[in-house]
Amino acid sequence: MLSAHLPALQVVVPLVSAPVCLLLRNPRHAWAFALAVSWVTLAVAINLAVQVHASGTASYALGAWAVPWGIEYRVDMASVLMILIITTIGAIVMPYSWRSIGHEIDKKHLQLFYTCYLLFLTGLLGIVVTGDAFNLFVFLEISSLSSYVLISLGSGRRALTAALQYLVMGTIGATFILIGIGLLYMMTGTLNMADLSQRLPVNADSRTIRVAFAFVTVGVSIKLALFPLHLWLPNAYTYAPSVVSAFIAATATKTGIYILLRFFFTVFGISFSFEAMHVGEILMLLASAAILITSLVAVFQDNVKRMLAYSSIGHIGYIILGIGLATTAGVTAGMVHLFNHAIIKGSLFLAMGCIFLRLGSVELSDMHGIARQMPWTMAAFVTGGLSLIGIPLTAGFISKWYLVNAVLNVGYWPLAVLILVSSLLGLIYIWRVVETAYFQMPGYKIRKLSEAPAALLVPTWLLIGTNLYFGVNAGLVTGIAGQGAAVLIGQGVP
Amino acid sequence: MEEHLINNVLLGLLMMTGFAIARMRSLLAVTMLTSIYSLLSASLFVVLDAVDVALTEAAIGAGISTILLLATVARTTDEEKAPRHTPLLPLFVVVATGAALIYGTLDMPHYGDPMAPIHLHVAPTYLHVTPEEIGVPNVVTSVLASFRGYDTLGEVTVIFTAGAGVLALLGYRTRRRNSQNPEIRKMVVLRVITKLFFPLILLFALYVQFHGDYGPGGGFQAGVIFATGFILYALAYGIGNVQRIIPYGKLRIMMAAGLLIYIGVGIESMLLGGKFLEYRILADDPVTGQQLGIMLIELGVGITVAAVILIIYYGFVSRKH
Repeated sequence: MLSAHLPALQVVVPLVSAPVCLLLRNPRHAWAFALAVSWVTLAVAINLAVQVHASGTASYALGAWAVPWGIEYRVDMASVLMILIITTIGAIVMPYSWRSIGHEIDKKHLQLFYTCYLLFLTGLLGIVVTGDAFNLFVFLEISSLSSYVLISLGSGRRALTAALQYLVMGTIGATFILIGIGLLYMMTGTLNMADLSQRLPVNADSRTIRVAFAFVTVGVSIKLALFPLHLWLPNAYTYAPSVVSAFIAATATKTGIYILLRFFFTVFGISFSFEAMHVGEILMLLASAAILITSLVAVFQDNVKRMLAYSSIGHIGYIILGIGLATTAGVTAGMVHLFNHAIIKGSLFLAMGCIFLRLGSVELSDMHGIARQMPWTMAAFVTGGLSLIGIPLTAGFISKWYLVNAVLNVGYWPLAVLILVSSLLGLIYIWRVVETAYFQMPGYKIRKLSEAPAALLVPTWLLIGTNLYFGVNAGLVTGIAGQGAAVLIGQGVP
Repeated sequence: MEEHLINNVLLGLLMMTGFAIARMRSLLAVTMLTSIYSLLSASLFVVLDAVDVALTEAAIGAGISTILLLATVARTTDEEKAPRHTPLLPLFVVVATGAALIYGTLDMPHYGDPMAPIHLHVAPTYLHVTPEEIGVPNVVTSVLASFRGYDTLGEVTVIFTAGAGVLALLGYRTRRRNSQNPEIRKMVVLRVITKLFFPLILLFALYVQFHGDYGPGGGFQAGVIFATGFILYALAYGIGNVQRIIPYGKLRIMMAAGLLIYIGVGIESMLLGGKFLEYRILADDPVTGQQLGIMLIELGVGITVAAVILIIYYGFVSRKH
């Protein structure tokens, strides 16, 4: 009986937990509660994944109103990949959060922090399981609002301006998406994605639909920080609390990319998006620029979190590049990297959180010789860094392998060169950290530091472990990504 | 014909207000103009026969937002700093967006066209099914609370998130003394009128809350109106008196409780063997079940909205100047 409700439970469990968490009096209880909820959510996700894998796309009619009159939850393999990313990162980050966030924000804000975390989780999960365009917007609002709050809680006043900047950009993005959805409703009379895809071809060549497509594309591009609409991202990632940086970097922009995939492939359909609107060429151009420019900018950063943030924009570029190809191989590569980049960036930001806990800074100029005092933390960072560059036996290598193959399949060899060049740039910026941490003499301040506590190291290494595991046994991820891509490319929603 | 005239006048006024807001540097004036802007849009919604939306826009846009903006101006500054950048890029973005929107209107169905897709696809079913299966005269309520009740749950969660966010950012300090501007003490007319209106506003809020099934209204609007009553009282008689009746701790509980009522209805219908938010299962008779469900969730909405708005107001007021 429970299995029939899994799609709804995936969102309702964290949703009902948020107000409960607000009522808890003891901050430690709030943390334990959020931790338990994260694990339950992961368990639901795994069960749901197994169910969808075994018996195909799961559909759930909320309020028992039939499609298209009611709202439908629709979980296919593309959603499954996202559900697994979001819940896995949540389940690993939560045990880490107590020591880290307890150090970075005021104790009396802890309940609110965990409430907002649960709301953020709810929002992201709601976006990826819904089959309804307007419902997607509602949950996008939940995730966006809560992420602004989470970022603003970072230590230092600059977290506030970073959050405000993100809020302004994010609100413009959300408004554009809403305008797009509104126009779609006006032209079709429906909000259900599958129904929209059925009814859109009739009107596909109207100017209103084209404008709707443009608004949705630009709006989502702001949300996923597609170059050159990425300007909110570096500050947001840099000044947010460490846990929040790790969680948001791993999940939020990925969910944005998922929204793009849904609209391009499921709602508008591949022939309208890529043939009539030529969005593939635009995406590949912007992605190439993103990969090259932000990798270069990352090389010159002193703040390691900011460096990682710029690298994120570049890696979003890789994913978008794969999607822009609009081939099964390309979309598969994009989705593989969706997962791999989540675990790579998640683990790197967690390692930086360990350093911030002890050192109180993540500036390279403060980190001379820190590897002697914090060997486990730095080893984690280096391993994650290798995965970011794409060294064999790490998850990052699998991503690049798939991407290069997809690019060469259609004969775009200059793009393959671009990927290699940017990987070299990645090597440079990771090497700068290695050089500072391992080959510089530690100063007086560094020598007093001790290794990060196990409460932080274990989750960090767990995520590093998944990097290594999926670098060797990539079958699970590539399998799900391949099926997800097939669903998206093949026939819209099956 | 008259309708066209009214529409054009309202739209013209909206445009003028928009330009004035962009040109003005005094934030106090801008605040008043945004309030006027909301009131004009509310009037436009009335002409468009969207009375539920109009009620919300009037209560939130013209009412609450104005008060919050005024509170912000009072605590910060009235003068907008001269912009450091030339506004060319923003101007370009705005013009491009506007041009795209106008381009999009070219193939739109005409307003009120009976053959427009929105009137042919899902809407007829809403109109047919509502009297039979839900038994609520206001179809807007049946769509918002039942057919798309899950979206409304999401919207309430957005409001809840906003409340939690303001709490996290502004924090909260209880005011011991009932500190109040002595100038307001002298305004006898204001104080008497407030006292007269206060019970009427609360009564009207309850009417909007429970009459939403029949006429325009529902939990959102009722919650806002309810909170407005208390804010008005706080403005005239000081925040301390209000906080004695509704202390901050209770608001925090109310804010969570309203949302929990809503989700609780959903979970209850799951436990009874239905889908999430399947109200018809809540009572023996499906129509009674639908009405019961709608009443409960609207109550949840009202409680959370009222609590969040008061919490935001408390948060603003408790900040030092």
